[in-house]
Amino acid sequence: MSAQNGGPLLQAEHVVKYFPIKRGILIQREVAQVHAVDDVSLEVQRGETLCLVGESGCGKSTLGRSFVRLFPLTDGRIVFDGQDVTKLSRRGMRPLRRELQIVFQDPYASLNPRKRVGQIVGAPLAIHGIGDRRERKQQVQELLEKVGLSPEHYNRFPHEFSGGQRQRIGVARALALRPKLVIADEPVSALDVSIQAQVINLLADLQEEFELTYVFIAHDLGVVRHVSDRIAVMYLGKIVELSPAEELYERPIMPYTEALLSAVPIPDPRESEARERIVLEGDVPSPINPPSGCRFHPRCRYATDVCAQIEPPLVDYGNGHLAACHHPLNVDKETLARASVDERRTPAEADEAAKPVEPGRAAAGEGRAG
Amino acid sequence: MAEPLLSVNDLKVSFRTEDGIVRAVDGVSFTVDEGEVVGIVGESGSGKSVTMMSVMRLITDPNVIYQGEIVYKGRNLMQVSRDTMRGVRGEEIAMIFQDPMTSLNPVYTIGWQIEEQLNEHYDLKKGQARRRAIELLTQVGIPKPAERVDDYPHQFSGGMRQRVMIALALSCNPDLLIADEPTTALDVTIQAQILELIKNLKRDFGSAVVLITHDLGVVADIADRILVMYAGRIVEEGNKEQIFYDPQHPYTWGLLGSIARLDRPKARRLTAIAGQPPSLINRPQGCSFRPRCPQAFDRCRAEDPKLTAKVGDGHLDACHLSIEDKRARRDATINPELAETA
Amino acid sequence: MVTFAVRRLLGLIAVMLVLSVLVFLIFFETPGVDPARLMAGRNPNQATINAIRHEFGLDRPLPVRYALMMKRMFITRDLISYGSHTRVIPEITSATPVTLSLVVGAAVIWVIFSILTGVAATVLRGTVFDPILMILALIGISMPVFWLGEIVNLFTQSRWHGFFLFSWVPPLGYTPITQNPLKWFEGLVFPWLTLSVLYVGFYARVLRANLIETENEDYIRTARSKGISERRVLLRHNLRTSMITFVSLFGLDFGILVGGGALLTEVVFGLPGVGLLTYNSLTSLDLPVIMTTVIYGAFFITLASALVDLLYAWLDPRVRPT
Repeated sequence: MSAQNGGPLLQAEHVVKYFPIKRGILIQREVAQVHAVDDVSLEVQRGETLCLVGESGCGKSTLGRSFVRLFPLTDGRIVFDGQDVTKLSRRGMRPLRRELQIVFQDPYASLNPRKRVGQIVGAPLAIHGIGDRRERKQQVQELLEKVGLSPEHYNRFPHEFSGGQRQRIGVARALALRPKLVIADEPVSALDVSIQAQVINLLADLQEEFELTYVFIAHDLGVVRHVSDRIAVMYLGKIVELSPAEELYERPIMPYTEALLSAVPIPDPRESEARERIVLEGDVPSPINPPSGCRFHPRCRYATDVCAQIEPPLVDYGNGHLAACHHPLNVDKETLARASVDERRTPAEADEAAKPVEPGRAAAGEGRAG
Repeated sequence: MAEPLLSVNDLKVSFRTEDGIVRAVDGVSFTVDEGEVVGIVGESGSGKSVTMMSVMRLITDPNVIYQGEIVYKGRNLMQVSRDTMRGVRGEEIAMIFQDPMTSLNPVYTIGWQIEEQLNEHYDLKKGQARRRAIELLTQVGIPKPAERVDDYPHQFSGGMRQRVMIALALSCNPDLLIADEPTTALDVTIQAQILELIKNLKRDFGSAVVLITHDLGVVADIADRILVMYAGRIVEEGNKEQIFYDPQHPYTWGLLGSIARLDRPKARRLTAIAGQPPSLINRPQGCSFRPRCPQAFDRCRAEDPKLTAKVGDGHLDACHLSIEDKRARRDATINPELAETA
Repeated sequence: MVTFAVRRLLGLIAVMLVLSVLVFLIFFETPGVDPARLMAGRNPNQATINAIRHEFGLDRPLPVRYALMMKRMFITRDLISYGSHTRVIPEITSATPVTLSLVVGAAVIWVIFSILTGVAATVLRGTVFDPILMILALIGISMPVFWLGEIVNLFTQSRWHGFFLFSWVPPLGYTPITQNPLKWFEGLVFPWLTLSVLYVGFYARVLRANLIETENEDYIRTARSKGISERRVLLRHNLRTSMITFVSLFGLDFGILVGGGALLTEVVFGLPGVGLLTYNSLTSLDLPVIMTTVIYGAFFITLASALVDLLYAWLDPRVRPT
């Protein structure tokens, strides 16, 4: 589909991940499924930072982790650098592990407390048999310096570091193999604000220096605005809006995005007062039994009958801004008309696509074509 | 002027540890007036929670050492008996905690837990406590309260549990409500719901609220007055306008600058505060913020700055810089890009 | 609840079935053991052995032998012991009350004293009494039952029996409660204490650890912030949740002891309980008795774990079936 160097770095096609819920003592039977990610397609371009945002349970972490194949998919395909990695064996994945790395949220839990920093950061090098002992040590010390630690930290243990420093160790480990793609799963959520800024700046510097591509998973929309090139907003396992970063903040199309943005408190009393705050009613519904039609409709203030019945497809409103909504906001008539003519299907077609067999397959396909 | 509801005078809270004495709170003084919303802002380890836990005398660590006074309605809470303190807790001062998932006892129904508090403080007839519990659940916006009163905490979502915690805290109409990071563990849309609720309840119940948070956005919306804490001390105190539009302390500038703001276009770089918070065992000489402060000069090492009013009424800060220097340098720290274009 | 009970009952039957097959196979597959020879007494001739073999059905195929034994155990209930040539079922039913008397009494003592000790140690944390109590508990755990029992016997039965404190202690053995309740009680006091010492120590330590862990839970802080008394915080909030581990341990230990695990105590104090029966049948490889006691033990252990599950659901609403 794509050439080795021209196309997107990573393509996710109709990715579905259901987690079974099992009951029973001797014989486990499956009683339900958590629809963690439900037919999501997107592309990650080389050198960009793509953010996956949403509230807890929206599937952003599951989607991000499916990119590095931390678990098998229920359905769909992941293509990394032109190679289909969905069906690769553990052994087959091995060379790719060098190019795909992940930074985890909790800097306290994700580092082995019994290992020294040098061993932690050097582990990927040792596993892949790169260099001899001395070369590895030198490389690790260089890395430590790059992430703002000192080479003398080589022999220390993780508990001797603060949260921000530990996250730097995590970043150093992820970069040891010079990956192409780094999945950063809420890398700054557990850190204090002033430290958050340090780590975000570090990630930005490293991106420039090592030509990295980031998939950044976060729930803090403020942070997201400052790190991302493109943003995918997720709700209950679906992408509901996908847009260039600035445009999403200036012109959200999906009402959920609008509400999400308005709910973030602004550290500025006057502006905070001037803003309209949309307080969504109720909780996010259970991903075990997501609502029919548009999954957001029970909490949406614009919802009409059609929203409960027909799942809206992702529609391209131009400029790479996609949204899945029957009542798009901030779209002028012209764009709407163009979008409807080009992309929207008749209700019957949308109905067809909303059937559970291959949910939204055609929708996502068309969305990308635009 | 009337007596403040709560006045904390030179409070010091330390913990004996193997490595030495940790001075978690190191000489903090402030007041809270009736019906006022005070926000305490600071990063982890700044002593904001320990200060308010001390007001409730909820620290059970046997290695704690207290000094100073906590005067509530004319009584020094540091001196009163345990039984008197129990009467204050829950009835006059109530507290909401950060993590609603673990703050309720998993083995009792939420009705039982609210009734327990009511029965502790009031002589209620049978059924009265239960009716009041249902009434409270209605007030905090729990749907179908008459049925849900018999549910257990695990049957509620995080946001709903925080509502239950608030109902619990408000059950005796306290004069002072302490909310310790009440929305930190919640999703942003749920956080908006809870903040809205706290605002409304403040109006309906007229309690004073002390809101502890690390998020300046949260206090911008509902606090009247803000205390900024760093390394166990208050470094700046003022009303909302003063703190956000005329901040005096370089730490406050740093905090304001390092927030990745939703309402500002993508910055080339965020303004980070370099370094780490200091050790609370071996405090740096002079100003505690000095090692991280880009503005520091000789006097900052030599002399510990006192929290005093320099610019205006009720606006206190602990910094040696002159007012002119502060005004000149501040914008470059808070938003270098805006400053450049200006 | 009904489905739970039914499921549990099916589970119990399955466990007993599997165990009986296993014991049966182990016995017959053990090389060099010929039950017929064992039963025939000293220096038997081949004819006698063959006769016995035929009489007990030992010359039939393995599954038939198993079915035969099960039939005699449950349906005709005339299973004969290879060793003593008496019927097994009455032996078990007469041994059961002895074991139950011993274990229930000991359990009452160990539950009461371990809760008292555990709570006391928690309350007295930071004083010298906490470590003293915990060292005592450790000593209790470390004393082997057979040794402790013998020492107790040495004092109460011989050395100081004349001393007024111990003169009331009857000789070793068991008097049924129906025959003479006072004698029943007097005869069991020291076995109870001896058996419970280990458990008091162990349970007190477990409970203390749990209480201290729960003390740091957020909901304990919430309880304090409500203004309720320290005593209520400890008993209604802390102890209540800490009992969850305690109860699950207790159920299993109790089941094991009733199922024959109090063997050493029974032997030392000459109590003709199930443990003693099992012990004797094992030494003489008396298959029918072993089979019966194993199934009896499995029954109590499974029953106890079912009861624990019920108690668990009562203590912790999070595991209740909805």
